[in-house]
Amino acid sequence: MKHFIAFFTLGILVSGVVKSQETNPGVVSGNISILFQSYEEDTLIGAVVPPGKSGLNAYSNIIYTQGNFTAGLRYESYLNSVLGFPGRFKGSGIGYRYARWSDREVGVDVTVGNFYETFGAGYLFRSYEARDLGLDNAMDGVRLLLNPIDGVAVKMVYGKQRLDFDSELINGEGIIRGLNAEVNLNDLIPGLEDAKLRITPSYSFVSRFQEGGNIVKDTLILELPKNVAGWEYGASVHYGMWKGGINLTKKINDPSADNGYIYKDGEALMAYLTGNIKDFSFLLQRSITDNMSFRSDRDLLLFDAPINNIPSITKNHTYNLAATLYPYATVINGESSFRGELYYNLKRGSKLGGKYGTKMNLVFSTSYSLDTTHFSGVEGVVNGYQRNSWGFGDSLNVQDISFEIERKFSKNFKAKAMYMNLQFNTLATPVTTDFKGIVFADIFVLETQIKTAKRQSLRTEFQALFTEQDKGDWATAVFEYTWSPHWFASIIDQYNFGNPDEAKRVHYLYGSAGYINGPHRLSIGYGKRREGIFCVGGVCRAVPASSGLEVTFTSSF
Amino acid sequence: MHLNFYKAYRTAKRLLIAGVLLSLMTDDAYTQSIPSVELKDLTGSNIDTGTLENDGKPIVICFWATWCSPCKRELNNYMDYYGDWQDETGVKIVAISIDDSRSTNRVAPYVMSSGWEYDMLLDPAGDFKRAMNVINVPHTFLYNGAGELVWSHNNYAEGDEEELYEELLKLAK
Repeated sequence: MKHFIAFFTLGILVSGVVKSQETNPGVVSGNISILFQSYEEDTLIGAVVPPGKSGLNAYSNIIYTQGNFTAGLRYESYLNSVLGFPGRFKGSGIGYRYARWSDREVGVDVTVGNFYETFGAGYLFRSYEARDLGLDNAMDGVRLLLNPIDGVAVKMVYGKQRLDFDSELINGEGIIRGLNAEVNLNDLIPGLEDAKLRITPSYSFVSRFQEGGNIVKDTLILELPKNVAGWEYGASVHYGMWKGGINLTKKINDPSADNGYIYKDGEALMAYLTGNIKDFSFLLQRSITDNMSFRSDRDLLLFDAPINNIPSITKNHTYNLAATLYPYATVINGESSFRGELYYNLKRGSKLGGKYGTKMNLVFSTSYSLDTTHFSGVEGVVNGYQRNSWGFGDSLNVQDISFEIERKFSKNFKAKAMYMNLQFNTLATPVTTDFKGIVFADIFVLETQIKTAKRQSLRTEFQALFTEQDKGDWATAVFEYTWSPHWFASIIDQYNFGNPDEAKRVHYLYGSAGYINGPHRLSIGYGKRREGIFCVGGVCRAVPASSGLEVTFTSSF
Repeated sequence: MHLNFYKAYRTAKRLLIAGVLLSLMTDDAYTQSIPSVELKDLTGSNIDTGTLENDGKPIVICFWATWCSPCKRELNNYMDYYGDWQDETGVKIVAISIDDSRSTNRVAPYVMSSGWEYDMLLDPAGDFKRAMNVINVPHTFLYNGAGELVWSHNNYAEGDEEELYEELLKLAK
């Protein structure tokens, strides 16, 4: 206790000295997130109770800023991790820490310790976190950002990547080195600063070092390269609100568990265009990725230590049935894909648009296998296959077409309707073990919102998914009542009414309520959680069915 | 014995840090201002968030994403009042899209079709989100004319705009 008081006092004294020396002693900010689940057995839905009977994921970020200096850390706890999270995240400890000094006037920004960084669209390098999904491939090393002259930005990264957590940060084996340069021509060339046409070319180079060795494949002894290199050329062009871009990415020398240890080069090409004509606005995007899985460790798979990220072509669905039954993940070894989106706004006050206007959008996305020929013999063992064109192959991965319309009818009532037609190949994205092949589904959604009193409103969602394949038809109903600004309560029921197995025609009923006060939010829920899938950066993880209590608390300060 | 020393040292170190932090946190003379992160707007220009200002009038920062229904409800509803709020309080709303590489290209066409008149910035890597300690969206921050954080709210429910409006009126006084 004596030590406690002595050191505490010393701490305050030290900060007092800091304060008296500086006019600004700095600011501390941060956040806290706690997720607790307790489990009950439910044989009907396949919910099992883990040995610990409950799970807890918690973390807190603390950031200290003083002028140009920033330092931060994140304390994480997995006691044990909640179901559906990477189960090997264990214990409590510091999973992220860094110090950073940045001076914008001079154009220097240096970070030591952990950091996240993305080069361009991330096809070559993306160190990113989605904490609630258990995705975290933070870098651990050094980052230097330089702005030597106006319009030129250079990024250099050097370090290892987060792979795991067991009471402390565990990094992957490989060392990653990267360089990215982006030139904003309008800022570089005097007189063009305010031009409507803005052109920004970029270049990236990333390499991974990992100890090599030999691999035996079909009686051939092959040497595993110690260094893998990738590079990317990109450019984006803005003209007012119109924007287009193109990226070409290449990678060599990377036999890996993902590609079956072949030596074929990896390639990716992505081009897009967005713009508007009168009240229509649109997005067109075409991309081809071939053998572009890139990890800190050639032997890792799935969610482990990806260096890059190939984004999925499909829309992130807001509505639960489409989002969690058949989410699409990029086929990481190669796909050829396209999406087109059209948005239209019927103006406020127009005859068709009504008093408040009406919004519509049509989204189409599709992805196919690559157009390839497989080699035989030694060539097949070493290089696997060749790509014949930049076009589409024969096998469909996914196709979805959706139409959405949203209208505010009066001050107190608005509604939104959606229809989606989905073709989903469960062999390309293995989201289910019940069916192998293409699932054809039609999905209907109707969402309404009624203002019932001052600061109170009722929101409802009715969703139905019809399919002959897999688990058959589903329906979902959601009722949510809110008392602004503090309280909410909701009930969701998901019903697998068309399951071919009558015993599995189960209701998944889940209720929750919560309290919000400014940046603090507490919610308590109870019920059955259906098994689901979430997919990110080319891989999917199953979240098992569970039943029981869930408490979440989040706060920022 | 060695172990005990090590334990004592570790505890001491933690308490020291806690003491420093607590002492700094309790000093309310220094409030949070908008952290500096370089983002792009929809025309491709670089914007340093640390330089966001509104001529001494309040700034509202709203984090949102194209896949987030409550976020879009919030920004649609604010649009109904934005003109009045600007007349009465001079407020400027800056919307920050946290759409990542999968959906960041969707932001411009969505915004164009929505008729939103907010300043729009893209945060596809989540750098500004992290600097602002945002856990989930929507998350809304209100800064006064001096650039100090005076109010924030996580989540959005119909009617929350009334609370924001009350906060804006307090600043306008």
